[in-house]
Amino acid sequence: MALIDTINPLLTTGWSKGDDGWSLKDYEARGGYKQLRRVLESKMTQDDLIAEVKKSVLRGRGGAGFPTGLKWSFMPKAAPEKYVVCNTDEGEPGTFKDRDLLRFDPHSTIEGMIIAGYAVGAKLGYNYIHGEIFEIYQRFEAALDQARAAGYLGNNILGSDFSFDLFAHHGWGAYICGEETGLLESIEGKKGQPRYKPPFPANFGLYGKPTTINNTETFAAIPFILGMGGEAYLNLGKPNNGGTKLFSISGHVNRPGNYEVPMGTPFAKLLEMAGGMRGGRKLKAVIPGGSSAPVLPADVIMDCTMDYDSIAKAGSMLGSGAVIVMDETVCMVKALERLAYFYFEESCGQCTPCREGSGWLYRVVHRIEHGEGRPEDLDLLNRVTDNMMGKTICALADAAAFPVRSFIKHFQSEFEYHINNKKCLVDPDVQRAGSGFFKAGAA
Amino acid sequence: MVEIEIDGKTLQVAEGSTIIEAAHQLGTYIPHFCYHKKLSIAANCRMCLVQVEKAPKPMPACATPVANGMKVFTHSDLAVKAQKAVMEFLLINHPLDCPICDQGGECQLQDLAVGYGESASKYEEEKRVVPDKDLGPLVSTDMTRCINCTRCIRFTAEIAGFMELGQSYRGERAEVMPFIGKTVDTELSGNIIDLCPVGALTSKPFRFSARTWELSRRKSVSPHDGLGSNLIVQTKHDKVMRVLPLENEDINECWLTDKERFSYQGLNSPERLTKPMVKQGGEWKEVDWSVALDYAAHALRDVAKTHGGAAIGGLLSPHATLEEMYLAQKLMRGLGSENIDFRLRQSDFSADGKRKGTPWLGMKIDDISRLDRVLVVGSFLRKDHPLIAQRLRQSAKKGAQISVLHSADDDLLIKLQARAIAAPSQLPAQLAEIVKAVAELKGVAADAALANVGAGDTAKKIAASLVSGSNAAVLLGNFAQQHPQAATLSALAQQLAGLLGGKSGFLGEAANSVGGYVAKAVPSGAGLSAAAMLKDPRQAYVVVGAEAELDCADGAQALAALRKAAVTVVLSSFKSQAMLDYAAVLLPVSPFSETSGTFVNTEGRVQSFYAAAKPLGETRPAWKVLRVLGNLLELNGFDFNSSEDVRAEVLGGQPEFVAGLDNGSDGVKLNLASSAGGIERVADVPIHFADPLVRRSLPLQHAADSATPAARLNAEMLAKLGVAAGDKLKVGAGDTVILAAQLEAGLPDGVVRVAAAHAATLALGPMSGVLSVEKA
Repeated sequence: MALIDTINPLLTTGWSKGDDGWSLKDYEARGGYKQLRRVLESKMTQDDLIAEVKKSVLRGRGGAGFPTGLKWSFMPKAAPEKYVVCNTDEGEPGTFKDRDLLRFDPHSTIEGMIIAGYAVGAKLGYNYIHGEIFEIYQRFEAALDQARAAGYLGNNILGSDFSFDLFAHHGWGAYICGEETGLLESIEGKKGQPRYKPPFPANFGLYGKPTTINNTETFAAIPFILGMGGEAYLNLGKPNNGGTKLFSISGHVNRPGNYEVPMGTPFAKLLEMAGGMRGGRKLKAVIPGGSSAPVLPADVIMDCTMDYDSIAKAGSMLGSGAVIVMDETVCMVKALERLAYFYFEESCGQCTPCREGSGWLYRVVHRIEHGEGRPEDLDLLNRVTDNMMGKTICALADAAAFPVRSFIKHFQSEFEYHINNKKCLVDPDVQRAGSGFFKAGAA
Repeated sequence: MVEIEIDGKTLQVAEGSTIIEAAHQLGTYIPHFCYHKKLSIAANCRMCLVQVEKAPKPMPACATPVANGMKVFTHSDLAVKAQKAVMEFLLINHPLDCPICDQGGECQLQDLAVGYGESASKYEEEKRVVPDKDLGPLVSTDMTRCINCTRCIRFTAEIAGFMELGQSYRGERAEVMPFIGKTVDTELSGNIIDLCPVGALTSKPFRFSARTWELSRRKSVSPHDGLGSNLIVQTKHDKVMRVLPLENEDINECWLTDKERFSYQGLNSPERLTKPMVKQGGEWKEVDWSVALDYAAHALRDVAKTHGGAAIGGLLSPHATLEEMYLAQKLMRGLGSENIDFRLRQSDFSADGKRKGTPWLGMKIDDISRLDRVLVVGSFLRKDHPLIAQRLRQSAKKGAQISVLHSADDDLLIKLQARAIAAPSQLPAQLAEIVKAVAELKGVAADAALANVGAGDTAKKIAASLVSGSNAAVLLGNFAQQHPQAATLSALAQQLAGLLGGKSGFLGEAANSVGGYVAKAVPSGAGLSAAAMLKDPRQAYVVVGAEAELDCADGAQALAALRKAAVTVVLSSFKSQAMLDYAAVLLPVSPFSETSGTFVNTEGRVQSFYAAAKPLGETRPAWKVLRVLGNLLELNGFDFNSSEDVRAEVLGGQPEFVAGLDNGSDGVKLNLASSAGGIERVADVPIHFADPLVRRSLPLQHAADSATPAARLNAEMLAKLGVAAGDKLKVGAGDTVILAAQLEAGLPDGVVRVAAAHAATLALGPMSGVLSVEKA
């Protein structure tokens, strides 16, 4: 089943029929494209539309949490050519919400993008879909065909004077293409490398034209916001953290999957919805917002509510809402080694600190994990991350640095044990048991 | 203007400038690698991070625009910490093999590491190794040293016009490389050596031959095309080891063409003539200077006495210095001959005697960058004038509209507005159409001679572009100047410029194409032009600096005339088999690097230079040799003590620009005839065959631009002849040569393109006219 549990479902209302509920007629039956029709027929002004989105305090669901309405308002009104781009390059380890959104309910994103196009005055949109979820790309193409056939896309949509078309574009799986300007370069057929900002995409975006880029979930929320009104949407969550949010829960829980809950739902509640800890083991740590978010130890996360402000206060980031749950069988050094390798592998190679630093970090963590750590290594890691952070064009260097710093900060004793004893604090058999792939005791 | 503060110093800077530009204005150095003033901003090396008040993070000075009231700190703790952090990262995977690196001593990374690096690295993991790449015969690679600043990539894409290099792979595995199986073949490729801030890209010919601190440096001037690029010639033990650009924003900016950079390799050619030689009884003998000079003087005097001065012809290389040309024409005139010319590849001299002044570019070189509408007529622009092509490339990107009228459709790597490609004999008529169309658009009457001309669509399109701007120019290339109706083309260009309120000019073919006129190295009165004195052979010739068989419009004719002459006195830096065959005396004279002299470039700029090295062997500067010859012939006015004295006599001082520049003419009769009948030859002078020095530079001879000439035809022509590319063709009017057929899509019908200035095509005779082409 597509959806396991939810509180206040909006985005996931259409998921209940699984793969059988994605098509246009299902979406229309759920009230789909009604908001687009209302906007066009009432000739709603762009300013009113953006004001409504601002009222909802919808914050970007891709990870940065930037207020969507504000972002839209940055688009220059007079520019003749503008674009709307949807970022479905869901490459952050732990995140798998956008692919389900497009799989089970692609039309909400399409409707959201058309309305966004109307709001910012763009006539063309692209949805950049991660290359490793090709079947989702195909699903989205099919949905586009339906929307186009029904007159929701193309010239003079629903008889109005508004024309908008939308195309899907699939990447090839590079993490960096999820960075918005790297994504734009990739659409343009270039190597996916982030651009220096300013200028920001709202002034110099796709093909050098003003462009609004939002995450899939952000666009998908738009029809629901217009349906219930911005204020009602805001009130679903908590102040400054409007609406509901999809959380992709992975790791050592009984029922990993996507959960839609209002912003501000306690982490404990979310964990309970996911069926609690697998095998009844003890929670050790949680990465609350995708692999680049700092890890939080069990006692800290259990006191958090799931919203931007609460998680930030605890020293991490809500990010994309990818909640990676780790129980007591996890070796934190090994977990970090894997994460460090990811960023080493995915650095685009453009900026010196990231190109050189991400490999340095991985190699040192790898040494520690393999019993070749040195007492000075932890200071070295902290110093290297310090030298990487905030010194590159995009945030990948920071993303590579955060896990290293937070793992060492919260689990320093485990690292020290590795260095001093050339082995892991968590017994290998325990680790194997926890992984779920091996039976305890089987070597 | 905005006011900002850098390290406590306030200054006014233009809006839109970056912090690094502002700092430069103040004389404050901010360390950097990827930033280069002529390239787009990459902001990837992160070396230029500085502190900006209110910014939470250090900002890259190269990419951060200034804002009013901004306070920048380039040496604060935050800035220096960031800069040192970046330096540490740069060095962890750098091999630090400075002792065996050619860049050592002139390496930006080495220099900055002194200021920002630690004495020892904390990095103890394995270092990266990157496979080297084959970029061709000019640029050597040690890619492990690469710091991925992408300057070379941006250069090929932005300045040279075609992205021949790119960055493959990502992260730590990122590598700069050319396309698979390709090399870097642009005519400007050597500049990536200068741009590379580390030792990843170094000069292949120079490699491992000297250390930078062992080299003496002399300013000099390029002896090749008409631009007169400024050079730094570097020598060790009086041998030229390397040539680098001397930055001059008005001329070559900070660039050099590969020809200018690597031609020095020809200076040490085994074909250098180092001793005077005299042919006696068919045998060549090395002799003392006094013997050789006596011999030459006597022989010339004898011919003058017996046959009259007009029996002697003087052929001067357009690459000779102003002083050499001046003394040579003085010598000829002293002998009673008016037959003197340096315009060796020209074939139409009908404008002689009708010019209002010295033909020139018609504007400053720097003005080219400000033109908004340009028509380039008859030019292999990219190969004949690479740095002017580069200027137009940049202008086109900023919106200038460039159109072309030519007989070949070479990819100029410039965005063109329109192009008219026609057989050589059609060019005057085509240009006339453009003049007519412009006149019509302007609503003024065209020259009466154009009464019957009707403008076609292409001409109208070019005309529409030209009239739509405010700063237009018509530039005549080498091909137009060598054209059999060159005077007509020039007169039409003048008319066009007049109609447009713009300028017209000649892209000077050689270093002294303007200087030759200034030195009076042209015939006057009944004197014969270069072509005429070869067509109507003389009893004796004096050849200065040229290889007549390769440097003249009709090499076969030149060779025949020189062979037939009783006496040929050759002043040359090199000897060749042909020369040994036709010459009676060979006088070894200095190439540009071993003499003082002056070139007047295509914009009329007077550029003097000193010798960079001592003359090789018994070589002597040509101006001294000519002076002594004058003395031996007891001619008046040869008492010069220095090349400066000669220059003073020619120019009446040392002006920055020569006087009397004017492209106008009176009474040139327009010749719009276009009946050629048969297959017309389009002859280019390949970039690395254009003069005796570059022909002897081995690295350049191995470059992609030095391929053996082929018979190039368009697809229709190949089909008509029933041949495929690669087939052998018999080409020629009288003497035939066998050439491989090659497809060149952009060529017009009825045209075969066969390069000149090459031994393989020498027998074909004139550069223009009709050739028979058939399957061999």
